[in-house]
Amino acid sequence: MAKTNEIKYLTAIKAEKPKKKFCRFKKYGIRYIDYKDVEFLKKFVNEQGKLLPRRLTGNSLKYQRKVSDAVKKARQMALMPYVTDLLK
Amino acid sequence: MNNYEMMVIFTPVLSEEEFKSIQKKYTDYITGHGGSIVHSNPWGLKSLAYPVQKKTTGIYWVLEFAGPSNLNEGLKIQMLRDEQIMRHMVTKLDKYAVEYNARKRSGVPTGTEKAEA
Repeated sequence: MAKTNEIKYLTAIKAEKPKKKFCRFKKYGIRYIDYKDVEFLKKFVNEQGKLLPRRLTGNSLKYQRKVSDAVKKARQMALMPYVTDLLK
Repeated sequence: MNNYEMMVIFTPVLSEEEFKSIQKKYTDYITGHGGSIVHSNPWGLKSLAYPVQKKTTGIYWVLEFAGPSNLNEGLKIQMLRDEQIMRHMVTKLDKYAVEYNARKRSGVPTGTEKAEA
């Protein structure tokens, strides 16, 4: 009789479920993302100044597009760099 | 009468009264062509995120105004002709943006603080 700990599971044991991501704009009811608010936009940009994908920011599609528009406007007006290192 | 927001970057070598006179020139242009100024907000000298026209600092000016839709074309031509302006951007404000700006000016929390987490 195979001991219980030798049993090989067919499917991997379910990994620890990561924190449920939520769209902060829907949750807190933010309707407009201001391109002048650089501190807030820095949350959606990585160290190199590149936009973070939705799966990391957890935004819904509608607000992810608004965030990307706002970041691009901020870049255009030299409020945010196009590419940098150690932005944070 | 749409709501617009204009952000302008001037060359840093501008003196104070030149800065005032240019602001006045554009506000007069807007009011002269049937627009109305909602709020003018000069940020003053700020360092740019990357050098623009070989300069690393610029004087920012944000102006919120309402106007007919055919006003911006003339405004753009004026700004392109003006050498003291390094960069300008006119954005259309939808109703949420106008409400956001109003709340931001009146100090009512605009919700982004809550989302800081």
